[in-house]
Amino acid sequence: MDDHAPAASEPGAPQAPAPLAVILLVSVLVVATCGLIYELLAGTLASYLLGDSVTQFSTVIGTYLFAMGVGSWLSRHVHRRELAVFVRVEILIAALGGWSAAGLFLLFPLVGDFRIALYALVLSIGVLVGLEIPLLIRILRHRFAFRELVSNVLTYDYVGALIASLLFPLVLVPQLGMIRTGFVFGLANVAVAIALLVALRRQERVGADLAAALLVAASLLAGLAMADRLQRWSEIAFYNEPVIYARSTPYQRIVLTRRNADLRLYLNGNLQFSTRDEYRYHEALVWPVLTRVAQPRRVLILGGGDGLAAREVLRDARVGHVTLVDLDPEMARLFRDTPQLAQLNGGALASPRLTLVNADAFRWVRTEQGRYDAILVDFPDPTEFSLGKLYTESFYREVARLLAPQGMMTVQSTSPLVAPRSFWTVASTLEAAGLQARGYHAYVPSFGEWGFTMAAHGPIAAAAPLPPGLRFLTPASERAMFDFPPDMARRPTPVNRLDNQALVRSFAEEWGRYDG
Amino acid sequence: MTAETTRRAVLGGALAGSAAALLEGCGEPQWPGTLGGADWQRGHLLRAATLPAATGPVEEVGVLIAGGGVAGLATGWRLAEAGWTDFRLLELEDRAGGNARSGRNAVSAYPLGAHYLPVPNREARALRHMLERLGMIVGEEDGAPLYDPYQLCADLEERLLWRGGWQEGLVPQGGLSAADRAQWTRFQATMADFRSAVGQDGRPAFALPMALSSSDPRFRALDAQSFAQWLDRQGLTAPTLRAHLRYCCRDDYGTEPEQVSAWAGIHYFAARRGWAARGDGDRELTWPEGNDRLARAMAERLTGQLRTGHSLIRLTRDPAGPGVLGDVLDHARNTVRRIRARAAVLAMPHFVARRVAADFTAPGGFSYSPWVVANVTVRRPPGGKGVPLAWDNVSTASESLGYVVATHQSAGAAGGPTVLTWYLPLSREDPAQVRKLLLTRSLGAWQRQVAADLLAMNPDLDGAIERIDVWRWGHAMVRPTPGFLTDPARLDAAAGRAPVWFAHSDLSGLSLFEEAHYRGVIAAEAALAHCGHPFESLA
Repeated sequence: MDDHAPAASEPGAPQAPAPLAVILLVSVLVVATCGLIYELLAGTLASYLLGDSVTQFSTVIGTYLFAMGVGSWLSRHVHRRELAVFVRVEILIAALGGWSAAGLFLLFPLVGDFRIALYALVLSIGVLVGLEIPLLIRILRHRFAFRELVSNVLTYDYVGALIASLLFPLVLVPQLGMIRTGFVFGLANVAVAIALLVALRRQERVGADLAAALLVAASLLAGLAMADRLQRWSEIAFYNEPVIYARSTPYQRIVLTRRNADLRLYLNGNLQFSTRDEYRYHEALVWPVLTRVAQPRRVLILGGGDGLAAREVLRDARVGHVTLVDLDPEMARLFRDTPQLAQLNGGALASPRLTLVNADAFRWVRTEQGRYDAILVDFPDPTEFSLGKLYTESFYREVARLLAPQGMMTVQSTSPLVAPRSFWTVASTLEAAGLQARGYHAYVPSFGEWGFTMAAHGPIAAAAPLPPGLRFLTPASERAMFDFPPDMARRPTPVNRLDNQALVRSFAEEWGRYDG
Repeated sequence: MTAETTRRAVLGGALAGSAAALLEGCGEPQWPGTLGGADWQRGHLLRAATLPAATGPVEEVGVLIAGGGVAGLATGWRLAEAGWTDFRLLELEDRAGGNARSGRNAVSAYPLGAHYLPVPNREARALRHMLERLGMIVGEEDGAPLYDPYQLCADLEERLLWRGGWQEGLVPQGGLSAADRAQWTRFQATMADFRSAVGQDGRPAFALPMALSSSDPRFRALDAQSFAQWLDRQGLTAPTLRAHLRYCCRDDYGTEPEQVSAWAGIHYFAARRGWAARGDGDRELTWPEGNDRLARAMAERLTGQLRTGHSLIRLTRDPAGPGVLGDVLDHARNTVRRIRARAAVLAMPHFVARRVAADFTAPGGFSYSPWVVANVTVRRPPGGKGVPLAWDNVSTASESLGYVVATHQSAGAAGGPTVLTWYLPLSREDPAQVRKLLLTRSLGAWQRQVAADLLAMNPDLDGAIERIDVWRWGHAMVRPTPGFLTDPARLDAAAGRAPVWFAHSDLSGLSLFEEAHYRGVIAAEAALAHCGHPFESLA
């Protein structure tokens, strides 16, 4: 092959001047790196969002390689102007690949079948990447001997692959996160296109292509600048574990994640339980109260639509009937009718001993007339005013009305270590509602040091006869739960009322300080 | 850019007066909704020269109350509390409640006008007595009344859109120059002084009910100037402060500070000394349906005395006795019946009383501010940057007074649909001109203005508006203009002369629930005394 073939014999394949050849060889390295990064992004995202990483990686890589084959095959239909086509391919890859991570995250909650969007994107990027190397070989064929050319191109290609596969897990995902990684490599792709267009501007009319490339570059830069916001919009990216279920109900956003055996429930982004240690939380919520009641025949659970507290309660044969009040019918449906989740609560929600009420507890307690021997109040943390109402004196007065004279209740009361003022506000508020209150705490690794407040019409017994077979509580550890070291010790707090919402305010302040 | 220039810029687009109305007049409504208002066709019947003559037998009654707004209902409630049941309460509209009336749809009840009651002062004895009877005051703590927490406005109460974000409270925080901040501080200190000031007669300088205020000329002299003039003289000219004070004057009086008596302007800040346990004195009582909760509670106390769709068209002295004769038009049947009463309480605005009872009224001095209230049903609650949704949401950049969230008190969980009650006092222009505009402007034109204003405050509501119901008040509020304290027509009407008394917030010059209630109670007690019925005064 002649290194100096006249340009006229190959219309559309102008003879590459020296700087252009260098740019082109460097671009092999860049496009190879970018190509593999997009593939890794798609595979990681798929296993992250859909779970089952072996299947996801395998099918994404297979699809991607197949699409590259399609691209290589399609390259035969490019008859002329290879360099111009290559530049446009780069611009397209930059746009698609650059936005791929952000786009998939944003699309996930919106589309019916996420897989269609995912594989359509993997196919498109694969086809475009598959076009790159054949086109480059053809463009460079006049510059190098064929032997050299193949050697150069494939060397850069594989070196690029190595760079990508090392950078991705070690630097990019931990440092940049997936959304930013996408944008950064999209920018690298479009930089190649812009460099080529600038080098070509003397010989070709590049105006329209250059404008398109700059536009794509601007959109990628904007995306990079807004990556944090995109991350928040695409709340899926917010979870650290693969999401296996996500749904918005009129009341909240329910997200389930799973990593290996660890299944987690998030409501509005707040962790509700992790299957690794939820037994600690639910034993501490239920048994100290249940065992301090002589005859807990009728039990009321407010919140706790996951049925895990109900599971513990139903283990007590003395309990004749449980009433569970949860706002969101979707929660109960999910935890009653999904076998995998119903297994977690031992089918508690389908038990004939349980009545499920879908109602706003704030209103329900005002009209309910029943009396309950034990009441478990297990609401999400008071992160907003509407939840704060469920921690007010007015609310506790109604709950106290439903509590039998010898009955006991307990309230999930956030972390006494992170938010001691908020934690003790619950006790002050229960006392203002005419009850006696005692705080206690337990260590739940996925939450940290966690607090509860027990309350009753009369004095609260110091010790309780725990049943056998518990995984966390023992008589000795139960006694220790009532001991508060100085960093969590009781302190004076206001009473949380409807018209001051002192708890929502202190909660935001204390957790805000903790979260930095 | 100051709040002032922003507001003017917005005003240009929001309400360029009648010209804009004519241009928009033919627009189709963009959302479902209704265009409602006080029934002025019935009201304007009173202007007509020819009304049917009275027919049928004359009905005998102890006390005749004309007007079923808050004052009339309070009159009836007071009579009933004293065990006097021999009265009739006439209301021109099909529903009693006046400005406190409400609407309701599938999402929520919502106010059409008055929507809250600040915790009453110590001197508002009758009102407190009623709140105890209604179970809104549930007891006493440390010697002060304890309010039912469900009736008090839940936190978060107010937020202000200021410098691009929502902040808590209505007083702008941040972005104020040191000089401006000093003026704010000075204004607040001056108002605190007025709040605790006592006149030579031993009465508080500013009381609520206002009739119990000191007559000390030191304070009364304030009535000779406008609030704006007084502020200028005090050197209180900071634009943010003046914008806030303008908001307050329009909120309570529907009137610009240039037209509000300085005494009334100061009264807004200096008269509220709410008396309640647990530091709840500065709180408000509010309900999804607004003050209709109180109006209906008073109406329920009546046992068949209320006649809606009936208006008093003529009140004259009884030539044959010491009482009065009232001709009453039944709007449904278009018939007039005559009632002979031992006493009458005219619980209607003065401009109506003047038409139906010329023998008993002096001409004069009352003027009224027109308002538009829109109830906007939205699919999801508004959000915005900064603090979360409050009960009362106000924008520094809007000519409207912002919006109140109807479900604020009732919602346990956030996130669902709600109704936003949007308020606009049409205070910039001559009230008579504006009333003409109210009669002609189309629903679609109002809806566009409401939606534009709401979306400017909350762009997040784009696409969330389901319907906009617009309510027009031609005579929403009496205007406390300079000189109103010494206005002979007001003083004459407030005094009353047996056997006819007046009961309306007009007599106070301040369109407040507390005032209407007080006027109703004292008129009822005057009538009871006149009829020789024993009672223990609540006033």
